[in-house]
Amino acid sequence: MSTETSTWATKKGLAQMLKGGVIMDVVTAEHARIAEDAGACAVMALERVPADIRAAGGVARMSDPALIEEIMHAVTIPVMAKARIGHFVEAQILEALGVDYIDESEVLTPADESFHIDKHQFKVPFVCGCRDLGEALRRIAEGAAMIRTKGEAGTGNIVEAVRHIRAVHSGIRALAAKRDDELFTAAKDLQAPYELVAEVAHTGRLPVVNFVAGGISTPADAALAMQLGAEGVFVGSGIFKSDDPARMARAIVQATTHYDDPRILADVSKGLGAPMRGLELATIAEADRLAVRGW
Amino acid sequence: MTAMKIGVLAMQGAFAEHIQILRDIGVEGVPIRLPEDLDGISGLILPGGESTTMRKLVDRWGLREPIERLIESGAPVLGTCAGMILLSRRIVDGDESVFPVLDVEIKRNAFGRQLDSFETDLVVPLLGNRPMHAVFIRAPIVERAGPDVDVLARLDDGRIVAVRQRNVLATAFHPELAGETRFHSLLATMAADHDEPGEGSAPRRRGSAARDMASGSPGRNRQAASS
Repeated sequence: MSTETSTWATKKGLAQMLKGGVIMDVVTAEHARIAEDAGACAVMALERVPADIRAAGGVARMSDPALIEEIMHAVTIPVMAKARIGHFVEAQILEALGVDYIDESEVLTPADESFHIDKHQFKVPFVCGCRDLGEALRRIAEGAAMIRTKGEAGTGNIVEAVRHIRAVHSGIRALAAKRDDELFTAAKDLQAPYELVAEVAHTGRLPVVNFVAGGISTPADAALAMQLGAEGVFVGSGIFKSDDPARMARAIVQATTHYDDPRILADVSKGLGAPMRGLELATIAEADRLAVRGW
Repeated sequence: MTAMKIGVLAMQGAFAEHIQILRDIGVEGVPIRLPEDLDGISGLILPGGESTTMRKLVDRWGLREPIERLIESGAPVLGTCAGMILLSRRIVDGDESVFPVLDVEIKRNAFGRQLDSFETDLVVPLLGNRPMHAVFIRAPIVERAGPDVDVLARLDDGRIVAVRQRNVLATAFHPELAGETRFHSLLATMAADHDEPGEGSAPRRRGSAARDMASGSPGRNRQAASS
């Protein structure tokens, strides 16, 4: 019987297996093991967490393949890695390494200001960031098999993540309320392909899994994202920039599973030490914002 | 009788997809996050997800013992992918067993990394001749099965991907991702047989509970074929 690898169902399916889980940014093999021990469902292999990328300035690129491989050898859970927006050669390299998912990420400095990667050309699945429904559907049209709302990475401030997940879901609700003959104009307004717009209108959900990223730094933040409709969360700087990363990581995992049980949320939030310090959004100049990268 | 409920372990992973398949066959799926959620369920599904994550959360929330008791009581259980790993007695290269009820040796990520995930069609003779579409994602494989284990399906190369041992069913693939209802229908039939009216005081009337259930709700035609 015919057997096909790297199909749309397997690409999208891996994201389905990650649901209800926490994907953690790690910069060393040791971090990766701490994350796995804490119950992370996947790790994102990076040279620097977003808070450090923000602090360092300069051009942020794909991580050293040697580091990514070391992390792949250290854990059995899936390993993701980031390529710059539009940098399809970084993506080719990550695919050659055998990573499980590529994040075409605004956290790195974009390599192309007009075109995202044509993700259909790859066997490895991609996750991409979005700020609203139109952006999510444009990425899916390009072949993203998983979506994450962007938030504002490296700030420890949940406000942008909340804005973005609310925007995606209110966009979906607005579409679901439309008549079929209104969907053509909706597609024009969303700047997204009509077929995807119609699918979302009829099913009332995105065609792929959607996580929340960018600014989650406490168990309560993770549960807030989940109650607003996230299917799981990415935590970047929030874990390894906190006082006690192993403990914070475990607590965020527990909060993501039990996101709608305030009693348990109270329990897992106790005595965690200081979360990452965080940045007030108003203090970040427009040019230093990461979420506005991509379109 | 009251509508049957099947629990779906909801620590992490594709539990919503299983609940949807159960809904498609007219059975209520109940997410299981805490031991008390197990009250009143007639069977249990351990979904796909990350087995490493699930094993930690099962222990953290005190679910290991109550689930073991449930399985020992004879209530039917279906494990898919990571769920199959959780049910296996021996795991190659590493972790100790979580619920050591399936007499098999299992290898995690047996096909390689995500790039090696695949789709194919299989025949599961127990569930009829119509081929079953099977999605394998970073899937495990049963390397050895003990004498009490029925092999339900193999790949073309002979490797074992679905098994049954008494009340425990397990697949290395994801019926819930392919809209495949036959494993869930079999589970529901086994669950109805298990908690037949009378709670063990009345003599067992095989199949009667399944008929009661079939009269209750639509969309159950496949169950008759599989039971």
